[in-house]
Amino acid sequence: MAYQFDFGLVVSGEYGDWILQGLAITLKISAISIVLALVMGTLLCILRITKVKPLVWIAWTYTEFFRNTPLLVQIFFWYFGSYSVLPDGVNRWLNAQDFEFSCGVIALSFYTAAFIAEDLRSGIFAIPKTQLEASRACGLSFMQAMGYVILPQAFRIIVPPLVSQFLNLIKNSSLVMTIGVMDLTYMARQIESHTFHGFEAFTVSTLIYLSISLIVSFSIQQYNLRVLRTATR
Amino acid sequence: MHWDIVWNNLDYFLWGAYPNGPLGGLAMSILMALAGIFGAFWLGLVVGVCRLSSRKWLNMPSLVYIEVIRGTPLLMVIFWFFFLAPAVFGFNLPDWQSAIIALIVFTSAYIAEIVRAGVLSLPKGQMEAARGTGLSHTQAMIHVILPQALQNMIPSFVNQFVSLTKDTSLAYIIGVNELTKTATQVNNRTMKAPFEIFITIAVLYFVVCFVLTEFSRRLEARTNRYQARNR
Repeated sequence: MAYQFDFGLVVSGEYGDWILQGLAITLKISAISIVLALVMGTLLCILRITKVKPLVWIAWTYTEFFRNTPLLVQIFFWYFGSYSVLPDGVNRWLNAQDFEFSCGVIALSFYTAAFIAEDLRSGIFAIPKTQLEASRACGLSFMQAMGYVILPQAFRIIVPPLVSQFLNLIKNSSLVMTIGVMDLTYMARQIESHTFHGFEAFTVSTLIYLSISLIVSFSIQQYNLRVLRTATR
Repeated sequence: MHWDIVWNNLDYFLWGAYPNGPLGGLAMSILMALAGIFGAFWLGLVVGVCRLSSRKWLNMPSLVYIEVIRGTPLLMVIFWFFFLAPAVFGFNLPDWQSAIIALIVFTSAYIAEIVRAGVLSLPKGQMEAARGTGLSHTQAMIHVILPQALQNMIPSFVNQFVSLTKDTSLAYIIGVNELTKTATQVNNRTMKAPFEIFITIAVLYFVVCFVLTEFSRRLEARTNRYQARNR
């Protein structure tokens, strides 16, 4: 039996709408997780570079643990297991929200935060130590020196690796389909099981992921050419 | 707390129903990771070298391959092989085989980039000198450039191996009986200890990956020292 290709089926009508809805969820969950991961990653990184041993140790354990376990297992952990660890109030709040979506956001941002923390740390270490010493000598507190002198410079170096973490997060967000978040991958899978036109559904969704990645990495190339070159000049 | 559930199923998590049934659990994950890294290494090496070639018909396809695969989620690649292989080839692959093929195809694109970066980081004179002694481009690549470049790439390879080990968990989605799948099975069967089960699984993955990461860190430190001394 020859396979009948029918791309019209997937890109228009009901199934076309599914794809668009899925894309909207993918973009939404990625955007929220990126913001949270950035905030958490920055905090973790600050803990890492303080001289307070217990804080450093906590941040180190966090980073190593979350980087060295699969995201899928983390998603399952939050989805199935969070109920017995989180306080009742948080559980009730989560249940009142879209529970699957919230678990997806938690898993994605906790996971990516560990990677972001490492990228930030290597960015900060790229700034000469004398910068911190000089700003402390000017009378700034450690936090002020960080906030006004070190971090603004470090962020500029960190932008390219950071963006590739964002891209990873967008691609990783496809895993939330396993707990029933109706993202792009979920919808493609759904169309496959409804119509048996998996080829078209997976092609279209692959192309969508691909164009997001290519657009973002093209922009970062432009950024590299413009900002980083002027920075070294 | 129901740690007894974890304790009673620990052998199932570690090697599945083996020897009374098929191998599964962590042993299956590790086997898949080993097969994946072996296949991805050779495919990645070929793609990476083609990417460096000055012949358009060699480097354009490998550029497209690398960019397309790296811009696509692994889950999509797995679905491609699982659902489309039957439509394209006309026969069904066993699920663990299609998972390994997907992992190889996915990881090789990243390895190709590592290879490319490794070769480009060598001084240009190496190639010129090798060509100057009368070796062909291919011979120079095989006997002079790659052996040196590969040594520098070892830490990156180990990191890729760690990613691959974590990525084998996605084979769960198409039903391969590896560690994550055994966890969900036990979880569905007992319904009592999801927290304990998934923490245990996470720790098992962690032990494997952390040992590898540490190993790569040591190697990196050693390679750096070695290079610094030579400079």
